[in-house]
Amino acid sequence: MVDEILRPSPRHKPVSLFVTCIVDMVYPGTGVSVVEILEHLDIEVRFPMGQTCCGQPAFNSGFHDDARAVAKQFLTAFADAEVIVAPSGSCASMVRHYYPQLFKDDAEWYDRATWAASMTWEFTEYLVDGLGITDIGAKLPPMTVAFHHACHGLRLMGLKNQAQQLVENIDGVTVTELEGYDQCCGFGGLFSVKMPQISGAMLRDKIEHIKACDADMILTGDCSCMTQINGGLSRNQVEKHVTHIADLLARGLKHNDQ
Amino acid sequence: MAMNPKNFVQSATIAIEDITLQTALERGTSNADGRRRQVMAELDDPYALRMQGRHAKLRALHDLPDLLEQMERNVIANGGHVLWAADAAEARQHILNICRKHDLKRGVKSKSMVTEEIELLPALEAAGIRMVETDLGEYIVQLADDHPSHIVMPVMHRTKDEVRELFMEKIAMPYHEEASEMTAHARKTLREEFLNADFGMSGGNFMIAETGTVVIVTNEGNGRLSTGMPPVHIAVVGIEKIIPTWEDFATLIQLLPRSATGQRLTVYVNMFNGPARIDEPDGPQEFYLVLVDNGRSDVYASEYVEALACIRCGACLNACPVYQTVGGHSYGSVYSGPIGAIVTPAMWGKERASPLPFASSLCGACKEACPVEINIPDMLIALRRDLAKTQGPVWELGMKAWRFGNAHPLLFEMGGKFASKVTHAYMQSTGADKLDTLPPPLNGWTEHRDFPPFAEQSFHDWWRQNREDK
Ligand code: SF4
Repeated sequence: MVDEILRPSPRHKPVSLFVTCIVDMVYPGTGVSVVEILEHLDIEVRFPMGQTCCGQPAFNSGFHDDARAVAKQFLTAFADAEVIVAPSGSCASMVRHYYPQLFKDDAEWYDRATWAASMTWEFTEYLVDGLGITDIGAKLPPMTVAFHHACHGLRLMGLKNQAQQLVENIDGVTVTELEGYDQCCGFGGLFSVKMPQISGAMLRDKIEHIKACDADMILTGDCSCMTQINGGLSRNQVEKHVTHIADLLARGLKHNDQ
Repeated sequence: MAMNPKNFVQSATIAIEDITLQTALERGTSNADGRRRQVMAELDDPYALRMQGRHAKLRALHDLPDLLEQMERNVIANGGHVLWAADAAEARQHILNICRKHDLKRGVKSKSMVTEEIELLPALEAAGIRMVETDLGEYIVQLADDHPSHIVMPVMHRTKDEVRELFMEKIAMPYHEEASEMTAHARKTLREEFLNADFGMSGGNFMIAETGTVVIVTNEGNGRLSTGMPPVHIAVVGIEKIIPTWEDFATLIQLLPRSATGQRLTVYVNMFNGPARIDEPDGPQEFYLVLVDNGRSDVYASEYVEALACIRCGACLNACPVYQTVGGHSYGSVYSGPIGAIVTPAMWGKERASPLPFASSLCGACKEACPVEINIPDMLIALRRDLAKTQGPVWELGMKAWRFGNAHPLLFEMGGKFASKVTHAYMQSTGADKLDTLPPPLNGWTEHRDFPPFAEQSFHDWWRQNREDK
């Protein structure tokens, strides 16, 4: 496994963006936001065209051969990368936490997997811990936001308040707390489809908390949780909405330019 | 519904709709979890203590066979007897033999999950031996002819009103408003049982190999009465409860009550070194230790060995959003919640408990709560791997197709374009801006939530247009 402390520094290196499959197909705007923020910070962004998915849907459902096939595609696509950044704690944790495990019996791919693991970062973690940037110089009209901490970012990546630091430094934005902010929204990949009653009941709790929260907007770092929660909010005709952190940051930069 | 892990989804669906149960669960889990978080946070370095606890248990597992033999030698040296049980049937037989040998007819028992696991009570009953549970929670379970739904709080699934009704019906309690009055009534009834019992039974939270001591940790004092008053004491303990030294006990006893009930200290810690010595006025004349394997050796020899480090504190149950939603009975096993989803299939066969490892969003709250940081999520994933084929051909073939698409970037992009076309065409036909029905096997999604349309332009295409061509 990769030593969490002794990772190669991502400074002064071009970023290879792993946009993740869901952002690619459903939320490309979030990918654009990430590109805009990184370019604003004068970071060179690359996009390996051969990328697809990290393989997590198969891995978490137990189909590890299938996950390996897709992971190999990832490792091939990112073979020349120096730093890999993903706007998702969950997909980043798949590479960082599970790729080495997935290839533990295959010397060649294990090396490639640990190498990729050592240079993979979640987007806000990359900015705050990797580069030491907590203020990207963004500005917005006054608003209050609260965070839903996505589970894999929180518990597999050990993310704490990186995103919050970035958002607090947007001029005009105030951060408040969402009750049960560290409680799972019930997504869990195929769990949401195979045990929809349970996943739906977990989602209900999240929706109740969001309804009771006085924030104008809920932020999160994972598009899959966002899909679950927004899908539930829309089904229940709740006006509130969950937004990806990168989208708010990018909006703050644009607002600045005006 | 019969206790069977195979019925997980059906039982859970019923549980979700049961408003009384939901009230009880919500209160029980959030109280326990909240208190745990609070008292753990008070420690100078909670993580360091958890790591110390974890490694105490892992070291013990490393030396398990030797420690068990050391335990046996010391118990015998202290004047007790040790009986080894490979499985539940052998454990029951040992206990029946002891009862026959000493002509035991009335027992009192303090809380023990292992005796539930080996289904001891029905066997005793069949042999004409009366056994009364003396832990309040277990007593309620017994009176109601129910099963425990939580490894620490067996009646987490019942409300105070239900218990009141039960006591009024079964043990002639007049109406009492307060829980304390209800408890007092139960206590009085139980007192008689202690006085008349000819044997006492307990489990064991820890076995300390270096001195041959069985330790039980309780809050009610019933443990002391049921083991100290009757002339015979039988302790039934799973072999994974062994730790080498008192030093390790000193670590773990800081973690157990904090994690289990959010208490800094537990009320009673009872330690048994065997039968009463000549100069001791109290205590049993005979002491038996029944060491139960019942599948643990198999777990020991497997990649799930870490599950044996569990100190049965129940913190992972309280922290688990699935347990909070479905309650303990849905799991159809003595051991419910996240750790139950590992232990049940690992000990009694994966196929027999196949839905349990899938009953998780893999959020990791269990591992975060666990005082010995057992990596439950990763073990659930490993069990899913072992059970991959049981998910049915739709998922198996679906996954193959998914793999093919994602291993070939061109197909991946074509798939995205296709999904975009289809979703937009569908939305045009319904006039909505979202999808409220998905085709099988994905229809579970739209039972509870909408799905956004696939984007008209993928990020790949955006990049081509805005970066590559520039
Ligand atoms: S797995 Fe950990 S948290 Fe769960 S009961 Fe065992 S020791 Fe407690």
